[in-house]
Amino acid sequence: MNFKNRTYWLFLLPTLLALLLVLIIPFFQGVYYSFTEYDGFQVTSFVGFDNYIKLFSDDQFLYSLGFTAAFSAASVIGINVLGLSFALLVTQKLGKVSTLFRTIYFMPNLIGGIILGFIWQFVFLKAFTGIADVTGIEFFRGWLSDTETGFWGLVILFVWQMSGYIMVIYISFLNNVPKELLEAATIDGANKWQSFWKVKFPLIIPAFTVSLFLTLSNAFKVYDQNMALTNGGPFGSTEMATMNIYDTAFKVQDMGYAQSKAIVFLIIITLISVIQLYITRKKETEL
Amino acid sequence: MRNKERTHKYTMMFIGAVVSLLWIYPFYLVFINSIKTKSDIFESTLGLPGTPTLENYPTAFAELDFLLTFFNSVVVTGGSILIIVICTSMAAYALSRKPGKTSSAIYFLFAICMLIPFQSIMIPLVSLFGAVDLLNRTGLAIMYLGLGSSLAVFLYVGAMKGIPKALDEAAIIDGCNRFQVYWYIMLPMLKSTTVTVIVLNAIWFWNDYLLPSLVINKEGMYTIPLKTFYFFGEYSTQWHLALAALVIAMIPIIVLYMFLQRYIIDGISEGAVK
Repeated sequence: MNFKNRTYWLFLLPTLLALLLVLIIPFFQGVYYSFTEYDGFQVTSFVGFDNYIKLFSDDQFLYSLGFTAAFSAASVIGINVLGLSFALLVTQKLGKVSTLFRTIYFMPNLIGGIILGFIWQFVFLKAFTGIADVTGIEFFRGWLSDTETGFWGLVILFVWQMSGYIMVIYISFLNNVPKELLEAATIDGANKWQSFWKVKFPLIIPAFTVSLFLTLSNAFKVYDQNMALTNGGPFGSTEMATMNIYDTAFKVQDMGYAQSKAIVFLIIITLISVIQLYITRKKETEL
Repeated sequence: MRNKERTHKYTMMFIGAVVSLLWIYPFYLVFINSIKTKSDIFESTLGLPGTPTLENYPTAFAELDFLLTFFNSVVVTGGSILIIVICTSMAAYALSRKPGKTSSAIYFLFAICMLIPFQSIMIPLVSLFGAVDLLNRTGLAIMYLGLGSSLAVFLYVGAMKGIPKALDEAAIIDGCNRFQVYWYIMLPMLKSTTVTVIVLNAIWFWNDYLLPSLVINKEGMYTIPLKTFYFFGEYSTQWHLALAALVIAMIPIIVLYMFLQRYIIDGISEGAVK
C-alpha cells in the first residue's frame, strides 16, 4: 500500500522547504552574486568574471588556500595514524581499561572548536613557556608567535580533537573482522604484526575511505579553531581559506568578491572529495 | 606463549595509559590553573596551586551570565533537534514507503546538497534570512534543519528499510491514518536511529559558533560558544578569569558525557559508518 500523493508531499514538505531555503536557493544566488559587486544589501553592478580574475592575483587568498592545503595534509595523516593506532590499542583484550582509554581519547571531540582553541592558546602560550623555563629546552618557547609554530599549533589542536572521532570509525570496522579468520591466522603461526597487515588491514580498507573523506573535508572547512587559536596571526600568516572568505565578506563587506572565493572553495572541496573517493574505492576493489 | 601474551598486554596498557595522560593534560592544565590566583599562574603554570582558590569562579560565572547563556544553548539545541528529528523522520517515512522515480530524485537531491560546504552558501543565506526577518532562533532552527537534513534522512531511510511494510499496511486496514502509523508505530521502532540523530546533531548545535554568530545578534540570546568567545576577547590577558570561564563552559557537556558516553560513542559510530 503506497502513500497517497497528497500525504506523501505533506510528509516531505517541511524538510524539502528547509532544503530549498537554506541550501538550494542560496547556492544559486551565491553563484549569481559571484559575478556582481554586492554589498550585502543590493547588487550595484554586474561585473562578469572580474571577481574571479581578481582572485587569481589576490596573494593573501592564494596563500590561505595553500596554508589550508598544507594544514589538511598534515592533519589527515596525523589523525588517521593516531586514530587507527588508538583503535588497534583499545580493541586488544585489555579488559575494563579499554573503555576508559576509548572514553578519554574521544573526549576532545565533544567540545567546540572555540573552547578547544582557547584551551590550546593557554597551553602554547603559558604552559609551553613554563616547560621551557623548567627544562631549558628552547623548542617550547615562542609558540604561536610565528608562522611555523602557528601552523603546527593548529595541526596539534586538530589532531587532538579529531583522532578520537576517527578511532571510533576504525573500531567499528575492526570489530567486524571475523574472529575465525584471526584464529586461523594465529593457528597458522602468524604473529600480531602479520595478522594485522595480512588479515585485518585488507578488511578495514573501507574504513579508510570513510575516514579520509571525513578528515579531509573537515580539515578544509576548519574555522572556529583557527579563529580561537591564532586568529590568522601573526600578520595573516596562519589564515585559512574559510577565514579569508569570512573576512572579505563581513569585515571588508565585499560580498560579491567573497562569494567568488566561496565558489572556488566549493569547487576545490568537491574535486578533492571526488578524486579521493575514486582512488580509495579503486584500491578497495583491487584488494 | 602465555608469558609473551601477558607482556604484550601490559605493554599495551602502559602505552595506552601514557597517551591517556597526555590526552587529558590540556584539560588538567586549564582546570588546575583556574583554581590559582592571578600571580600563581604567572609564577608557575605547571605547578600545583600554592593555595587553591575558587575566587575566580563567581566572577567568571557572573560575567558569562551563565544561567541565561546555558538556558539559551538548551533552547537552541533542544528546539532545533526536536524539529530535525520530527521533520526528517517524516520525510524518510514518505521516501521509503513510496519507491519510484520521484523518491529516487529527492533522495539524490539530498545527497548532492550534502556536498555543499557551508562557506559557499553563507553569504546569500544570511542575506535571504535577513530579508524576511528570520535572523533569530527560529531562523537558526530552520537553517539547522536544512543543513542537517541529508544525513538524518539517510539514517532514517536506512533504518526504515528494515521495517516490513506489512506492519503499516495492517495498521492502515485497522483504521489508522498515515500520520498515526508514523507516530505510533514507526517512531517507536526507530528509537536507536533517533538516538544517533540526536547525538550527532546535539554535538554540532551545542558547539557551533560560526552560524549562530551570524544569526543571533541580541546579546541576551547568546549561546555558550558565542558568550565564551566574547568573554575571551575581553579577558584574554586575565587568564585566571578566562580559564575559570572555560571550565564552566565545558562542565555541562563533560557531565553529560560521563553519564551517556556509551550512547554518544555508539551514535557517532553509527552515523559515520552508514
